[in-house]
Amino acid sequence: MSTTTTRGVAETAAAETSPSRPRRGLRSNATLNFWLFTGPFLIGLVIFVFVPIGWSVWLSFFDARYTVTPSHFIGFDNYKQILTNSNFPDSLLTFTVFATFIVPTTWALSLGLALLVNQLRFMRAFFRSVFFLPTAVSYVAAALIWKMSLFTGVRFGLANTVLGWFGVDNIAYLSNPSPPWYWVVIVTLRLWIQSGFYMILFLAALQNIPAELYEAAEIDGAKRGWQTFRYITLPQLRATSTAVILLLLIAAYQAFDEFYNLITTKATWAQTPLMELYKAALGTNQDYGAGSAGAVILSLLICIVTLAQGKIMGFGRGEESK
Amino acid sequence: MSAMSNSNWSRRSIFRAAAGMAAAGTLAACGGNNGRGGGSGSGKNLVQYFHAYGEAGTEQAIKRYAKAYSKANVSTSWITGTNFEAKLFSSLLTKQAPDVFEFHPQLQLVKSGQVADLSDIIDPVKDDFNPADINSHTVDGKIYGIRMIDDPQFFYYRKSMLEKAKVEVPTTLDELLEAAAKLTTSKVKGVNLGNDFTPVQGNVIWSAGADTLDSKNQIAYHTDAVVQGIKQLRQLFSSGHVLLDAPTDWWDPSSLNQGLCAIQWGGLWSMPAMQKALGDDLGIFPFPKVGDNGKPSVTNGGWSMFVNAKGENVEAAKAYVKWLWIDQKKYQEDWALSYGFHIPPRSSIAAQATKLKSGLPAEAVKLFTDYGHFDNIAWDQTMITALNDVIASSVRKGGDPEAALDACDKKVNVELKKLFG
Repeated sequence: MSTTTTRGVAETAAAETSPSRPRRGLRSNATLNFWLFTGPFLIGLVIFVFVPIGWSVWLSFFDARYTVTPSHFIGFDNYKQILTNSNFPDSLLTFTVFATFIVPTTWALSLGLALLVNQLRFMRAFFRSVFFLPTAVSYVAAALIWKMSLFTGVRFGLANTVLGWFGVDNIAYLSNPSPPWYWVVIVTLRLWIQSGFYMILFLAALQNIPAELYEAAEIDGAKRGWQTFRYITLPQLRATSTAVILLLLIAAYQAFDEFYNLITTKATWAQTPLMELYKAALGTNQDYGAGSAGAVILSLLICIVTLAQGKIMGFGRGEESK
Repeated sequence: MSAMSNSNWSRRSIFRAAAGMAAAGTLAACGGNNGRGGGSGSGKNLVQYFHAYGEAGTEQAIKRYAKAYSKANVSTSWITGTNFEAKLFSSLLTKQAPDVFEFHPQLQLVKSGQVADLSDIIDPVKDDFNPADINSHTVDGKIYGIRMIDDPQFFYYRKSMLEKAKVEVPTTLDELLEAAAKLTTSKVKGVNLGNDFTPVQGNVIWSAGADTLDSKNQIAYHTDAVVQGIKQLRQLFSSGHVLLDAPTDWWDPSSLNQGLCAIQWGGLWSMPAMQKALGDDLGIFPFPKVGDNGKPSVTNGGWSMFVNAKGENVEAAKAYVKWLWIDQKKYQEDWALSYGFHIPPRSSIAAQATKLKSGLPAEAVKLFTDYGHFDNIAWDQTMITALNDVIASSVRKGGDPEAALDACDKKVNVELKKLFG
């Protein structure tokens, strides 16, 4: 105990003397510090985000087949082509429906997991890790596991083996779109890989709710369980929920990896907007003009949806203005 | 927290470590396997791109040939995965573009000036090549690629399974449907045409007596017989008698070898592996005719070598391509016959290919000769993708083939206008 006290005193003394010293070097130059820390990221942002966006907008007005430095200006023809003579509009519609389903589902599952883990008295760290671990798996690896082990169409796939015990014939989950079993594969994969991450966000938010609120509610006669959750927990999670929904929404429109590996590009269903742009610009067609036009449309759409969501849910607004 | 306090890490040591890693990264980028240089030859550095062939030993073979070339350092990028095209085309836009690459003849590559005219190196031996291969690489009298291998694709079948089910080898698409039904058991599916059916999309057209484009480069696939063929394919797809979602796709022999299906669409390259697994219990037949006026068909796939015309070493690349794919007949023979089987496009090499002279390989060569359909340089990737959509919409999803073909026509016509004005 005495050692601890001595060290504590010494540290306090040092802390007290520091303000009286003249501030020198980097510590004294706030502007330099700002650029030192943000500069590299800003440069990266400009080079890898803003320049490509600008280039993409420029390309979208040119005939850019097999080149990213075209010279033939064609106005809005690429926009017309991507909106009228491709599967891109269908993919936008499909993924609006997909987002409408997957966003609330993931939100509810993540929140449910966070509430369960938060309730635990023992092994909380263990279960937190168990639910979070899938986040570390890449979508590509997970897609291959889902496709080649769990949901193959042959008799030794896990899902078909289990169904076989009940006399159900083998199901081709991914090749056959009627009925659309492929959504089962996609949704289970996405929930498995995403929920743990958002659970951690909710868990952090739950642990930030002051215990006094619950105590006060109990004194006022609020029943534990649904009533407390409805009138205390949920409102306190509003900011986190808004951020989670925003991130989920963007992730839904930006889906690519698992769809590319599970459904492949040789389908007309479950093609994400990014897959359609990939097909237009890379891999096969090499039409960077049409692909860029689609990218501009998709970016605008994500901006509009994000702003609308912010307007509705109050993301970025100060607490006092809510 | 105590562990952190007792750690030897300080801000300075972390900074030094970070700086060291950055320096090491920079140095690593200067050397090592960066795709440039590193060969045994002297002079220029050349890079060649190959997609990953499935047969064991192919990667080592290509690297061995490159190492034997003395006039340039040739390094090989062996690109694994299913998106070789994406990696190739995106790299062609950069300064890291390959000097030499394998692909299929595509008119757009010629029109955009991406591939070099190889007429001067091919002309002296032009007559030794399969005329159809020369034709499929020719635009306005100039030859833009050298065929390395021809890969016919047809159906393989297990003789014992057909005998047990009392099924004859199908000669029409209707008979294939009946055969698939009779061959299907609780453990074995009748037929495997690939997980998405696109490998046979050209065959439905050819077997129905039509073609992708006609001699004037206009749409030739939209006929009543093709519509009928697509409807029959839909019947087959939804019958429950086809193998779908298999762990490996059509180009891999595993499904037939492991007894998951009785009939499988595949390529000649798989024949050695199938014969090793199944012995004499193996037969082949072409895609059967569709309708009364049809004719059986075989897809003649394959790969060709191209020189990047926008590269910095065009002449050196042409010299290497000439050395390997014109002069070195022993390597060409080794490449075509020592791993999977492929038909050498050069008559003089094919004539010496004893492995293809008898038995099942000889039958495959006969199918190739009698029923083969070669690449059409004007039928490009955009058009192939449009036809993929027809198979997806009307065969796999059960939509109206006429409507799907109408949508395909629109896309193909836009592409034809871009190519031919």
